[in-house]
Amino acid sequence: MERSPLFCRRAGTGTGFLELTFFLQQMINGVALGSLYGLIAIGYTMVYGIIRLINFAHGDVMMMGCYFAYFGILMFSLPWGASFVAAMVLTAILGVLIDKGAYVPVRHAPRISALITAIGVSFLLENLGLVVFGGRPKGFTTPDMFAEVYEIAGLMIPALVLWTPLITLILLSGILFIIHRTKAGRAMRCISHDMETTRLMGVDVNRVISITFAVGSAAAAAGGIMWAMRYPEINPLMGIIPGLKAFVAAVLGGIGNVTGAMLGGLLLGLAEILLVALMPEIAGYRDAIAFGILIFILIFRPTGLMGSKLPE
Amino acid sequence: MLRVEGLNVHYGGIHALKNVSIHVPEEKVVTLVGANGAGKSTLLRAVSGLVPASSGRIRYAGREILGLSAHRIAREGIAMSPEGRRVFVNLSVYENLLMGAYCRDDRKEIDRDIEWIFETFPRLLERRDQPAATLSGGEQQMLALGRALMSRPKLLLLDEPSLGLAPLLIREVFRVITKIHQEGTTILLIEQNAMAALNVADYGYVLETGEIVLAGTGKDLLCDERVKKAYLGET
Ligand SMILES: Nc1ncnc2c1ncn2[C@@H]1O[C@H](COP(=O)(O)OP(=O)(O)O)[C@@H](O)[C@H]1O
Ligand SMILES: [Mg+2]
Repeated sequence: MERSPLFCRRAGTGTGFLELTFFLQQMINGVALGSLYGLIAIGYTMVYGIIRLINFAHGDVMMMGCYFAYFGILMFSLPWGASFVAAMVLTAILGVLIDKGAYVPVRHAPRISALITAIGVSFLLENLGLVVFGGRPKGFTTPDMFAEVYEIAGLMIPALVLWTPLITLILLSGILFIIHRTKAGRAMRCISHDMETTRLMGVDVNRVISITFAVGSAAAAAGGIMWAMRYPEINPLMGIIPGLKAFVAAVLGGIGNVTGAMLGGLLLGLAEILLVALMPEIAGYRDAIAFGILIFILIFRPTGLMGSKLPE
Repeated sequence: MLRVEGLNVHYGGIHALKNVSIHVPEEKVVTLVGANGAGKSTLLRAVSGLVPASSGRIRYAGREILGLSAHRIAREGIAMSPEGRRVFVNLSVYENLLMGAYCRDDRKEIDRDIEWIFETFPRLLERRDQPAATLSGGEQQMLALGRALMSRPKLLLLDEPSLGLAPLLIREVFRVITKIHQEGTTILLIEQNAMAALNVADYGYVLETGEIVLAGTGKDLLCDERVKKAYLGET
């Protein structure tokens, strides 16, 4: 996946300049990967913030977004831009339907019921994907715009690696705008603090929760599509690992906090890429890094970097 | 305007309200007096749709509202300033007031009402953009009251609006209650401070362990020996 540093060193002369370009290249790559974790983490953190539910199906929702985009291009021959937007919309609707169908009925049940339901939804989506889409990975065509490789100051940078943080930043700004500047966002913040009193204000809480699921799922679809372009294939189980890592990012940033989720994602992405780059001999453990971090935070700082309230 | 008939509320095995009937006529102030745990808050919470009733009727403006969800009841024109203030501490003072006006779309009128609140409670204006968490208890109480008023309610439910306030602020709260009453808002008021409440109220009910044991005009209750003994601290 990431180019081995040994290869770079052998190719160059081992001068300081090459070391620097190598480092920069890895940094940029880490930011791109981290943006994806962050984008997916936003959905976890928003849903947790509002109904205190870890939506374990979130990674699978991301996977569904990729298939929507795939079929949009392949079966309906939509231009890729239209297909990606349509996939985000469909994924948003899927997120809302999952909430209505699976989580609303257990809203007032003990929290563990909702958690088990989420795990059930996750299995359902994965197995539905295996049956409907088939288990064999499908190649995901990357639009030319993202497939190009730029050479900037001696760095070889795939366009996707530059576009990913940019698109992420735009989506993050949009989501922060919704949360902090719109009526629905204000209601979200109120619900996360005190659902009962929010209802007294005349807020239809279920509607606001639906909006939350829609926004989080659309962001996951965007993240998933960029993920699919990065490793250009998709399969029904592809959501599991990014889903888990995004969860770690959300906890690292302080669950419930959107900016924190993005920060957590970036840190995780950078840590992963840099560790693999600097210590290629442990590259096989890259997935373990995330879970090491998770255990570390849960023990030493369960509120995460930007969290204030203790999540239970 | 509001008529509660034969209301029963249970919390699990606790029978919190037993066959309670009260009437709140339009443009009047009605108060509920009773010891801690008598069921006063439960009655207000049942009217706002926050707790389900096991039986009874709640008629408001000629309609049955028992069983409607809380946000629908709020949209019918009933606002509550809940026990313990419950301001949104993570929102600014200004945003809290906007939340009170959640069901309204008349942007200009909302701005005017917010101005009115700031004139009435100048302390809130000073802290307009600070998170409500930074307010003192008294200021939070003002904010909870202001937030409830922002919906321009027809019926205002106040659950211990003077609890924990300094005497000066208590007078301020009662001044505001009198003022909004004069402007035509119907009020159902719960107060620890029975004396002050009965003084402003047209009518009062005394609640004891979930039952109405006495009812009468504010003045009658103020003179009632049993009320004096139990709630006004006289012997
Ligand atoms: N959420 C609840 N669960 C169980 N019991 C409750 C709950 N809320 C109130 N109660 C009980 O119901 C009774 C009435 O409480 P409340 O209406 O709060 O009284 P008041 O407002 O008059 O002090 C009390 O015995 C109280 O312990
Ligand atoms: Mg009470």
